[in-house]
Amino acid sequence: MTAASREVQTANGRAGGASWAARSVVWADALAIPLLAIGVSFAIFGVFVALVGASVTDVYYQMYRGAFGTWFSLQNTLLRAAPLMLTALCTALPAHVGLVVIGGEGALLVGALASVVAAHALAPANPWVVLFAMGAFACAAGGAWIAVVGALRTLRGVNETISSLLLNYIAIGLFKHLVEGPMRDPASLNKPSTRPIGEANALGDIPGMDVHWGLVYGLVACGLSYLLMRFSSFGFAARMVGGNVRAALLSGLSVHRIIVVTCACAGAAAGLAGMAEVAAVHGTANASLIVGYGYTGVLVAFLARQHPLAIVPVAILLGGIGASGGLLQRADHLPDAAVDVFQGILFVVILASETLRGRMGTGIARRTPNRARVATAGEEVA
Amino acid sequence: MTGGAMGLWGLPLALAGGALRVSPPYLWVSLGECLTEKSGRINLGQEGTLVMGAMSGYAVSYLTGSPWLGVLAAGSVGVVFGALHGWLCSLPRVNDIAVGIALMLFGMGVAFFLGKPVIQPAAPQLPALDLGGWSELAPLRAALKVNLLLLVGVAAAFAMRFFFRRTRWGLVVRLVGEDADAARAMGYSVARVRLLATTAGGFFAGVGGSFLSLYYPGSWNERLSSGQGLMAVALVIFAKWDPVRCLWASLLFGGAGALGPALQSVGYTGGYNLFAAAPYILTLGIMTATSSAHRILTGQPAALTVAR
Repeated sequence: MTAASREVQTANGRAGGASWAARSVVWADALAIPLLAIGVSFAIFGVFVALVGASVTDVYYQMYRGAFGTWFSLQNTLLRAAPLMLTALCTALPAHVGLVVIGGEGALLVGALASVVAAHALAPANPWVVLFAMGAFACAAGGAWIAVVGALRTLRGVNETISSLLLNYIAIGLFKHLVEGPMRDPASLNKPSTRPIGEANALGDIPGMDVHWGLVYGLVACGLSYLLMRFSSFGFAARMVGGNVRAALLSGLSVHRIIVVTCACAGAAAGLAGMAEVAAVHGTANASLIVGYGYTGVLVAFLARQHPLAIVPVAILLGGIGASGGLLQRADHLPDAAVDVFQGILFVVILASETLRGRMGTGIARRTPNRARVATAGEEVA
Repeated sequence: MTGGAMGLWGLPLALAGGALRVSPPYLWVSLGECLTEKSGRINLGQEGTLVMGAMSGYAVSYLTGSPWLGVLAAGSVGVVFGALHGWLCSLPRVNDIAVGIALMLFGMGVAFFLGKPVIQPAAPQLPALDLGGWSELAPLRAALKVNLLLLVGVAAAFAMRFFFRRTRWGLVVRLVGEDADAARAMGYSVARVRLLATTAGGFFAGVGGSFLSLYYPGSWNERLSSGQGLMAVALVIFAKWDPVRCLWASLLFGGAGALGPALQSVGYTGGYNLFAAAPYILTLGIMTATSSAHRILTGQPAALTVAR
């Protein structure tokens, strides 16, 4: 049973005229459990940090300072949150059709490569045309990359989690091969890179802050994904596939097409993240793009319970944790992997907290028929 | 090793030698994953276990001076990670695939964090067995230098097949993976059997990790594992959940992984990164060819086919 199908069931429960009490239980579940999990993760991380001999309170303080404490660190956080929103969609959208896809890293890289190709092909054109083409190429490449995962799943029954992960490694191999070989700029001596896309074509900053427009891409993509999944007939069909494939087939939905199209949208989002990183941050494609935005995006999606709008605050939170890594290194002399440890703890605790779902609102929860609980009762007696 | 003197034989020999050197981590992790999956769960966290095993094995070998203690420590860490996965998944409504991804990231994070101080020092390595001593050919002797862990792994593969086919506990594991209700009706605790199978599977993955840091490539750094723990999961599918087939598949994957270095040894150096991706492409191709949307694969535990 996937998160997506649960999502569908709770959504149906809400739509079916649920009482105020039942709705408040859903909200208590949706907010209290993740907050509790975040708190528990901080506590476990505190124990871990104390065991290696650092000051727990200082570590927490530095994490806050590095993430949200100053205007500078807040902007740094938003810079990191932008690609995370897009790569999180790469996991969250397929979750609606019941797939666990973790191929955001690979889709980001092929999107970045495609955007560089587009920029070089159209180099002297108007920067607006070039930027549009870069985005379109990146979306197409990332979309095709993850569409393969969906197609393999639905046509050949290949496990989508493993295939998307393998495609990450293949994308990294391809990326390095092209950047260090055929596409290498001979002028890039120490760090193999492609030819730069040119100053004129760089993606600018949002007025009033040092954060590039990629953040807006992320916000818009999350909003559109929400509208698509919640209010369109395609979204309804997709959630139906995720909830019960057999019912979807019986009602005549073209399940193959829905799965492949959803995966293509997911990959397009991650590809766009690659384009924004190239156009706004690096100005070229090189190994600096391989920093795990795809994997952190998976964590963001799970923490947001695959909800496109919830991805926005969660991405900012995780972006902040990532941004505080440098400060932890300098102020508390912790290895840079401290952030990875915290993210790992958070991920494990979030998943374990799934088990609390439907058990939180004690009295009300017991009296309210909870469809999600009924649906899972049969298969999880173990 | 120079391929020139050997002529055309240089390449296959370099490939075979490379396969023997590269395959043991695949073998050990896939045996552990085979055991876990036979009980009806998928543990994608084996990658994290592998990296943790590599780090702890190296650290213990460095601190105690005994590489075999390192192997043991790696296995113990694997037991802890396997038990953690098994316990988390026995909670109601916790998804084993997602927990696997989480434990993978957690294990790699902890290994990189705790492993920082042991990147520099050199730890005592596991000794090699010289099986090619009878030969006069230097390349053949080099190819036949194998590690005891490979031989133990080969024995373990046959032992595990015997375990599944001929022993009472092997049958219980298979029963739990085939039909949890029937197992429950016979009085076995499904959760406990799966917990034990996942825990034991973690031990295998940990030992596989220690091979990476203590024999080949034989050092500890953050780029040590290149996804062997994940490919082992795909490899088990390819091997149709049979431990002995896991052995042959591991050798095949090891050969694919040795393709780049083997070509380099005969003087062909282009496309290094593409050859590094060869095992993943092979895995994806094999999974595409062997999977099917319509029929259950031979040997697949029925619990793994239930729509999750």
